[in-house]
Amino acid sequence: MNAQLTKGERQIAIGILLLIVCVGLAFAGAGKDGPLGVHGFLIMASGILGIFAMINGYFNPEPGDERFDSYYDTPSKIGLLLAMAWAAFGLFIGDWVAWQLAYPDLNFEAAWTSFGRLRPVHTTGVIFGFGGNGLIATSFYVMQRTSRARLPDQLSPLFVVFGYNLFCVLAVTGYMMGVTQSKEYAEPEWYADIWLTIVWVTYFVVYLRTLAHRKEPHIYVANWYYMAFILVVAMLHIVNNLAVPVSFGSAKSYSLFSGVQDAMTQWWYGHNAVAFFLTAGFLGMMYYFMPKRAGRPLYSYRMSIISFWGITFLYMWAGSHHLHYTALPQWVQTLGMTFSLMLLVPSWTAAANALLTLNGAWHKVRDDATLRFMMVAAVFYGLTTFEGSFMAIRSVNSLSHYTDWTIGHVHAGALGWVAMITFGSIYAAVPWLWKRDSMHSPRLVEVHFWFALAGTVVYVLAMWNSGIIQGLMWRTYNESGTLAYSFVDSLVAMHPYYIARAFGGLLFLIGALVGCYNVWMTVRMPLEAKSLPVDDIPEPVATGQPGLQPAE
Amino acid sequence: MAVSHDDLVWLAQSAGLFYLIGLSAIVLVYVYWPSNKKRFEKAAEAILHGEDRPWR
Repeated sequence: MNAQLTKGERQIAIGILLLIVCVGLAFAGAGKDGPLGVHGFLIMASGILGIFAMINGYFNPEPGDERFDSYYDTPSKIGLLLAMAWAAFGLFIGDWVAWQLAYPDLNFEAAWTSFGRLRPVHTTGVIFGFGGNGLIATSFYVMQRTSRARLPDQLSPLFVVFGYNLFCVLAVTGYMMGVTQSKEYAEPEWYADIWLTIVWVTYFVVYLRTLAHRKEPHIYVANWYYMAFILVVAMLHIVNNLAVPVSFGSAKSYSLFSGVQDAMTQWWYGHNAVAFFLTAGFLGMMYYFMPKRAGRPLYSYRMSIISFWGITFLYMWAGSHHLHYTALPQWVQTLGMTFSLMLLVPSWTAAANALLTLNGAWHKVRDDATLRFMMVAAVFYGLTTFEGSFMAIRSVNSLSHYTDWTIGHVHAGALGWVAMITFGSIYAAVPWLWKRDSMHSPRLVEVHFWFALAGTVVYVLAMWNSGIIQGLMWRTYNESGTLAYSFVDSLVAMHPYYIARAFGGLLFLIGALVGCYNVWMTVRMPLEAKSLPVDDIPEPVATGQPGLQPAE
Repeated sequence: MAVSHDDLVWLAQSAGLFYLIGLSAIVLVYVYWPSNKKRFEKAAEAILHGEDRPWR
């Protein structure tokens, strides 16, 4: 890695790392025995590790000017590998907590393994660890190629990748120690939040600097989505995490907002995290990798722009549908509901655009599991956005809210849409990045696909069933006008569905592990001896079959 | 001058509506502006080929 940094960049990197060590040392001192102290040591250790890595190759020759003839893909490679590692970790924790719900003894009666602490480890691991690394890695990849511009320097993209992962590690280790702001998807405390802000602003600047020296005057639509993702997540993150720490030696902070304002700010953040982290960014991924893999241009570029602005402006107002029947003013609830319904238009425009792009390439979808991942992702995107709009209707929400239906909905989106499009894009990008003809084993991609699809379907169906049963049991009255079932009655009724859900999650996890193995083997595969430079984009090859030879 | 809750409600429920209608109109005009057609088609095609190395 050092070999790609110039001398000056190596020096700046060591400077930054020394600064990180100092901050870690200060936290370790101020935090004493508390969790902040532990995090101080962790920050220090990561800084020292980085310094060792830098010193190790410090006297390597500098990269020459020929580097400007190729894209800078190291950050994308690291990001994709980390994404796969986080997927394995996050899905494992997720399946563990799923089994805990069916068999509570599986928490082994330790504090750090309790459901309340492991659940955010799961959500952060999969959303920020897996999803975030996938987004950062593919965004650098896509931005460079669509702009035909190399990243502006070698150091700042690496800072973004490693800095972001330090944030993720601080987050999940913090939860295990009981550190949380108790805001969903914004659990990390103030010091981790400040660190993420620094990393994220750097990310945005890297993006703008790359854009600034692009060749094409028109910016390809995938970059619009990535930009919206980066910009809006920065805004959401900063506003929702405005807080005052108890002291500089304490991990605990108090939010600037209170009461219903706090709830509204949190769900403005929370739903837009779904919108701009889990949707916009991944739509950017889809708008690049799907046409590329299918070898066909987008069905309608115009539709992609309309849905972009629709998604950007409508999502911003939908968050209040999380607060139906609360102290939030009725008109704000209705506003959120109305915008959620209108969202169906741009969402389905995007889903239809994706599927119509494949129209004419269905034989490729049949033969190529990578493209099939993307196709299924678009289908689940359509399904989940319909379901989401539907669940935002106040009267539907009275049945669905607080039940497993919500969990089913989230996982239809997270497993069916986000994970599928990411795996598809990773399987497309890995051979391109490492200059291989194909993945190590196209057959294992196929295996992963079926595990992932089966796992998603089992999971989502189990949660739909249990959610609706829960909702109905909680609102059933007997003749005397009191509730017919106690909460525990509904819990007992959930047991078989919880087992089914955990089994579905297990299938999905196994698929991801197969994927990790396959990606690793592809990376380790010896480069075939052929004349360089290798074509960046291989011809689409039917899965499991040898490609056509030039003479055929 | 303190902004009251009612002022915000009024703003959201009146100006907000026209703001969104206005935005929709701008987007639609941009998307369907005839001279933009070529640019969009070119953009959609461009990613399929010719991006193997950065422009210098």
